[in-house]
Amino acid sequence: MSELSTMPINKEIDARGSFCPGPLMELIRGIKSLPVNGVLAVLSSDLGSIRDIPAWVGKAKHEMVGTIQEQGYTRFIVRKLH
Amino acid sequence: MQERMSIIVFSGTVDTLLAASILTTGAAAMGMEVEVFLTTWGLEAFRKGNYQTNMKVSKDYEEYASIMMEQMRKKKVPSWMENFQGAREIGDVKIYACSMTMELFDMKLDDLESIVDDVTGVASFVERAKEGTTLFI
Repeated sequence: MSELSTMPINKEIDARGSFCPGPLMELIRGIKSLPVNGVLAVLSSDLGSIRDIPAWVGKAKHEMVGTIQEQGYTRFIVRKLH
Repeated sequence: MQERMSIIVFSGTVDTLLAASILTTGAAAMGMEVEVFLTTWGLEAFRKGNYQTNMKVSKDYEEYASIMMEQMRKKKVPSWMENFQGAREIGDVKIYACSMTMELFDMKLDDLESIVDDVTGVASFVERAKEGTTLFI
């Protein structure tokens, strides 16, 4: 967990307060502008994201590096693979 | 083969359009090919400018209409139109108008929001929809 929380992030998207499927949409849009191997953090307070974001990352064949449960939201860390 | 979701949008109320638009977005995000077939009140909702003034909800829940609109505004929930636009940006989404409704309501493609791709008949729609999942909303 400490490794995950200190991981260098290339881009952070704060989608807290945005509703399903908003955070996922912001992730999909945000990952486009990232170079391959870039790391993106998405912050979401939408409970649907907990399953939706890893499902999309798997389907889109990127890497779900990890999730950190914070107070009232989740931080999703994704590496762009292609 | 790409997975496919076909959604028949019959209702033109904000609550059902919101559900249809979110399903469209989710399916598009997951790489599915999505086709939306707008018919009757669902098509009327796509008449130019209508989405900006439409505040109807399903009859069974009409007493909640003002609360729902207020909550959507307060929580900045994207409108169903914004969801459909977003879905098109990220995925393979086609939106077709039912030709029979167009006749019935004296509509031309120009009368509809530009998000509507084209006009189609029901037979070609069901022919394409038989591959995959079909929803009626």
